[in-house]
Amino acid sequence: MTVPYHRFRKQLEDGESTCETTVVSFLAQIRAHESLNAFVTVLEDRALEKAREIDRKLAQGGAGSLAGMVVAVKDLFAMKHVRTTCGSRILERYHSPYDSAVVGRLEEEDAIVIGKTNMDEFGMGSSSENSAYGPVLNPRDPGRTPGGSSGGSAAAVAAGLAMTAIGSDTGGSVRQPAALTGVVGLRPTYGRISRYGLIAFASSLDTVGIFSSDVTDCAILLQALAGRDPRDATSSLLPVPDYAEALRSSVRGLTFGLPREYYGEGLSPEVGEAIHAVVSLIRESGGEIREISLPLTDYGIATYYLICTAEASSNLARYDGVKFGLRIDPEGDLRRMIEETRHEGFGSEVKRRIMLGTYVLSAGYYDAYYLKAQRVRTLIRRDFENAFRECDVLIGPTSPTTAFRLGEKSEDPMAMYLSDIYTVTAPLAGLPAISIPAGLDSRGLPIGLQLTGRAFQEENLLRAGYWIEQVRIRQTGCCQPA
Amino acid sequence: MPFEPVIGLEVHAQLATVSKIFCGCGTRFGAEPNSQVCPVCLGLPGTLPVLNKKAVEFAVRMGLAVHCRIKEKSIFARKNYFYPDLPKGYQISQYEEPLCEDGWVGIPDGNGGVRKIRIHRIHLEEDAGKSVHDEVYVGENESLVDVNRCGTPLIEIVSEPDMHSPQEAYEYLTKLRQMVRWLGVCDGNMEEGSLRCDANISLRPAGTEGLGVKTELKNMNTFRGVEKALAFEIARQTRILESGGKVVQQTLLWDEAADEARPMRSKEEAHDYRYFPDPDLPPLVVDAAWQAEIAASLPELPDARAGRWRSAYDLPDYDIRVLNEDRGVSDYTDALLPLVPDPKKAANWVMGEVLRFLNERKADIRDFSVPPEALAEVIRLIDAGEISTSSGKKVFEEMLGSGISPRAAVEKLGLSQVSDAGALESLVDRVIAENSPEVQKYLDGKHQVFGFLMGRVMQVSKGKANPAIATETMKRKLEGMK
Ligand SMILES: [Zn+2]
Repeated sequence: MTVPYHRFRKQLEDGESTCETTVVSFLAQIRAHESLNAFVTVLEDRALEKAREIDRKLAQGGAGSLAGMVVAVKDLFAMKHVRTTCGSRILERYHSPYDSAVVGRLEEEDAIVIGKTNMDEFGMGSSSENSAYGPVLNPRDPGRTPGGSSGGSAAAVAAGLAMTAIGSDTGGSVRQPAALTGVVGLRPTYGRISRYGLIAFASSLDTVGIFSSDVTDCAILLQALAGRDPRDATSSLLPVPDYAEALRSSVRGLTFGLPREYYGEGLSPEVGEAIHAVVSLIRESGGEIREISLPLTDYGIATYYLICTAEASSNLARYDGVKFGLRIDPEGDLRRMIEETRHEGFGSEVKRRIMLGTYVLSAGYYDAYYLKAQRVRTLIRRDFENAFRECDVLIGPTSPTTAFRLGEKSEDPMAMYLSDIYTVTAPLAGLPAISIPAGLDSRGLPIGLQLTGRAFQEENLLRAGYWIEQVRIRQTGCCQPA
Repeated sequence: MPFEPVIGLEVHAQLATVSKIFCGCGTRFGAEPNSQVCPVCLGLPGTLPVLNKKAVEFAVRMGLAVHCRIKEKSIFARKNYFYPDLPKGYQISQYEEPLCEDGWVGIPDGNGGVRKIRIHRIHLEEDAGKSVHDEVYVGENESLVDVNRCGTPLIEIVSEPDMHSPQEAYEYLTKLRQMVRWLGVCDGNMEEGSLRCDANISLRPAGTEGLGVKTELKNMNTFRGVEKALAFEIARQTRILESGGKVVQQTLLWDEAADEARPMRSKEEAHDYRYFPDPDLPPLVVDAAWQAEIAASLPELPDARAGRWRSAYDLPDYDIRVLNEDRGVSDYTDALLPLVPDPKKAANWVMGEVLRFLNERKADIRDFSVPPEALAEVIRLIDAGEISTSSGKKVFEEMLGSGISPRAAVEKLGLSQVSDAGALESLVDRVIAENSPEVQKYLDGKHQVFGFLMGRVMQVSKGKANPAIATETMKRKLEGMK
């Protein structure tokens, strides 16, 4: 783990470092850790050129709020003239002719995109094993997965291959890998950051997510990315608060809710103990803890997978070999061209979800599956509304277990889906949530603690997360696992 | 047993907005293939639709004009199917919650009255592109796609099955075309595809209320084509039913050249579109204020104007129908009518000279060089006897060519009518002197030569003699010679 960006920025301003030398050393780190398979594309020349440009800007004045931040971007964000694969064979040679809103904002604020990171194909998976470019390994233990789907981004930050990283979170794809690799992972409120150029998996659930080594960097990056974008009709018009302010205020006055359903069957005892240890710390420090209930938690997985597969089946229809990406053209027959292209281009998990989603939306099944799932989604949202009458922030585990072994769940989709139990409900309700490192298990694997907040109250998450981070630094001498 | 046809029409009208419904691309017809495209209408990965407010406004205009209820909240849905000219693999349309519901238009009932044809709904959607097979630049065994039309805004106007003959369907279509043109929301050009029509048709025993098995007719590219296709299908279904057979529910394609409708291959029509609400677009809200604003901007509608003309000017229904067909002609007439003491004369001038000129030149009345005030002046000069009716037409033509005032045209052409009694008396004296054989015949009682003598007067005066005064003078002189 390298220094966080906010400290590096001071070094830059004090003339103790330059962007160019920093990028050179990050590129060396990336080469040294090639076996992690965190990157699909490394933007060596482009990053070096950008670094020199920002060094000049820093000398002359007028550098942006992210000047010199070395950031890795999940390979499902469109980036002009750069290969954008989504971890899929079907987009192996696809170069986007335009920049996603996120990449545009990063570059406007003078961040340096060092590369595009590996991921589960189209964001579908919880282990980053479903990639056409091979699995990502967990830097904490190369025999284990870093989680997914944004596993490459999480691994990059955890291994010090980038200061921060951008991921996307549909049902936990940022928070779960953050937990499993021991970094901070934020899923903001739906609509807080523009989705323009985020290649859709499930449009009503997809959000841009942030990986960082600490909460301060997370706040800095969120500040730069949040806000209305006229190109995304679902982006919010609400003003963006000053997130740095949240880091300065104390947690006094915040009430933490402990959902009793999060501490039941399936939760690894070591993870449960780590969360309880933090809860005790909060209580000892005068924070208020209240036990609350989210009765529909058990329906989260089913509801989530019905809705996300339905949307995916439609979102992925455009990969038909007609205009871009892979085309398998057997004998000039249109129908066979589309079938063969999709057969060859998509991996098995993507095909599984397209088939599930097609079924869910089919005449005769729509009411029983899709419509019912939408109704449950409304009830889950209400569950949270009720909970937030009693508390400001929910506290619980991010993932029921620490990192699992490569291949452990890849043959058992249901087991894989169940590992998302704590992360899928906040997306269904559109709520923000953050995963914060909360210690290590007996194998030395990171444990993640999840805070969930009210819509558009990311500042409460940052405030509580920052406080937990500080308490743990005082307690253990370090905020990060070894 | 006599059968009664039951016909419903689905009409698609391309909205005449400058830009497309979900992106900023232009909508010009006949542009170079794939020149009016961008990442959004190409459906490139990561792009999102943003609704064009003008398209909504146009749809609401039409909805209000045909007495629909405008829904305060309507929903965009995805209609999923694979086709090369459909870049996203789905069309954004409205399904369960359309923008407008429950309207009607009046068509002539054949007995001088009006019959209401109910409109079930009007919804907004995007157009698809075009597959190109038979252009010179398309190779053998090749299909090309032109995406220009993709994303052009459409409204689909769905009638209730209220029509009972091809003629009524023709009248209904004529009415819709008049309305869309009147409102300026569509150019109504069926040949260029900006107005398209599909029909549903079934037969039932005359006098009964139930509905028979219906078939759907597609691919009718002219108004007459619709009429002919319906007549064909009525005859076909009648033959089937009269011979004791059953009509099969199917889609038929009208072949204009062959004058017949042929069934579509069943593979082409077996679609489950898997409609579901589009998560990329928030519900469309047309609140009361916006609706009121659009309502206030509506022009006087043809039916209201017809009623006003009938009571204020007592014009015949035929004249009203002709003059009200086109908004420009109607507005011109409406400006002319109050300026002319005899409304029928004004109507005759527009139906005669004005429309003839416009038809000959294929010109638009908005570019017409004779303003209503000038035409009123021409009519006034004729009424006052200063020029003859035939001279009036010459004056009108001169004004069209040179754009000068009626007075100036009269002067330029030297057409000022001779009404001066003294001048006319000497003209008549001259004709009597030069035509003594005919004068003698008149004096002998052969009064039919009077016409010949008057013709001589007009000839000698080069048409400028005021006919009434000249006739009176000639009569007085000849009688005096008896
Ligand atoms: Zn476009």
